[in-house]
Amino acid sequence: MIEVNNLTKRFGDFTAVDNVSFSVNRGELFALLGPNGAGKSTTIKMLTTLLKPTSGKLKLNGLDVVKDPDAVRRSFGIVFQDPSLDTDLTAYENMELHGIMYGVAKKELAPRIEELLRLVELWERRNSFVKTFSGGMKRRLEIARGLLHHPKVLFLDEPTLGLDTQTRHLLWSYVDSLTKEKAMTVLFTTHYLEEAESNAHRIAIIDHGKLIAIGSASELKKSTGTDSLEQAYLELTGSEIREEEVDAHEAWRSIRRARNMR
Amino acid sequence: MRTVYILWLRQIKRYFRSRSRIVGAIGQPLLFLLALGYGLGSVYKAAGRGNYLQFLVPGIMAQTVLFSSMFYGAMIIIDRQFGFLKETLVVPVSRFKIMIGGALGGATTAVIQGSLVFFISLAIGFRPHNWIMTLVALVFMCALALAITSFSSGIGSFVQDMQGFQAINQFLVFPLYFLSGALYPLNNVPTWLRIIAEINPISYTVDALRWAMLGTTKFGLRADILAMSITLVVLMTFGTIRFRHIRD
Ligand SMILES: Nc1ncnc2c1ncn2[C@@H]1O[C@H](COP(=O)(O)OP(=O)(O)OP(=O)(O)O)[C@@H](O)[C@H]1O
Ligand SMILES: [Mg+2]
Repeated sequence: MIEVNNLTKRFGDFTAVDNVSFSVNRGELFALLGPNGAGKSTTIKMLTTLLKPTSGKLKLNGLDVVKDPDAVRRSFGIVFQDPSLDTDLTAYENMELHGIMYGVAKKELAPRIEELLRLVELWERRNSFVKTFSGGMKRRLEIARGLLHHPKVLFLDEPTLGLDTQTRHLLWSYVDSLTKEKAMTVLFTTHYLEEAESNAHRIAIIDHGKLIAIGSASELKKSTGTDSLEQAYLELTGSEIREEEVDAHEAWRSIRRARNMR
Repeated sequence: MRTVYILWLRQIKRYFRSRSRIVGAIGQPLLFLLALGYGLGSVYKAAGRGNYLQFLVPGIMAQTVLFSSMFYGAMIIIDRQFGFLKETLVVPVSRFKIMIGGALGGATTAVIQGSLVFFISLAIGFRPHNWIMTLVALVFMCALALAITSFSSGIGSFVQDMQGFQAINQFLVFPLYFLSGALYPLNNVPTWLRIIAEINPISYTVDALRWAMLGTTKFGLRADILAMSITLVVLMTFGTIRFRHIRD
């Protein structure tokens, strides 16, 4: 359903995604794991027509992503890692706009919106402006919106970031039923390894833009001789902190330094 | 069609929900009308040119539509900054429909603003020469609004930040507006100024609005309509092409 062949993306002379190849089968729940800055979101952006690859081939639902972006857009849905709501509209209006853009039939639209807003427990707040929502509520709305139409391929980029445990469980059981009942293909990223371990059929691990391992959770554990996915992951990616996090630490330290000087 | 409609509606809703935008966009033209209209009225009259307020109102209406329409491009940049733009760029709707839905919405709000200025002008003493003809003025305002919202969507698709967008407003749109004859007659101006005015598309809209509301024209109605049609086609083509290459 998804085919990635020798995919590379450079920003200037920095290589964010480095010759990555993998494929995802129809109905599969596939996890893309890796430390901060590994290139997960960049890979998803290329698969979803938002970025052009520097080189390599990308196919989705049998269609060439670069050559035929319009047809490809009809085949997938996505929940972005970064915010993507119109905060000047209400929750309901955001859902409605999305449904209409994805061509959800008129008589299906209202019941579908109600079902999903109830699922994420935002139905009572449907007429509130999104700018009045908490971070987690916005995230729940984005999840509901991503599930509103039923695409062949669904991308979830850190969908559970900032979500409470209840909503995380709801999300995964809903996604699981979609893969089973509609044979929907799902590619997701997460930093909660237990989510990948208990939900993903297969897992790919990338680091510094390179694919370093791929297989089911038990295969990854076996090949590294570890007994949890977390240990296998640390074995594969090493335990040093990545650039971005170091930067965050550095920033935090300089803030404190500035405070102490006062 | 549903997609174009819902994108149009989004702009309309955002407009009516933002009282500050309505008031702000009326404030500036009102200031021009009062400060210039009353300030220069006597000079204008002394020069034997009649009532300056009458002359000024079509120009200020064009100004309102022009800058309100430019604001639509800023909305695209705001959408990019708030992240909503990504959502519209992955939907299975052609770039043309996405552009035109938003641009029509932006154009509608710009024409509403222009009409509000018209009613304010009536309140401070402006009188059109023929009431039916004000409907023709409405058509001209629509043409200008759609041309400029298309243009500003084109600009918004490749200018990444507000500073860049403001620069285009400052160095292109403001000069074109000031040199369009909206604020003063183009008779007896230096040749270079006259030439700029004659190749400036805004001049023709201003002139067409004067034709509809005052019954006077400098370039002639046919030249006005021809120039406005060319401007509309060129700017819609520009907007459509630029928007096709929009990046998040
Ligand atoms: N537009 C861009 N210009 C320059 N560099 C970029 C751009 N987008 C991403 N990068 C760089 O590419 C690398 C990969 O980024 P990406 O967002 O794909 O990481 P990620 O795996 O999703 O990480 P995270 O877990 O933090 O979301 C990072 O080093 C990032 O700085
Ligand atoms: Mg990411």
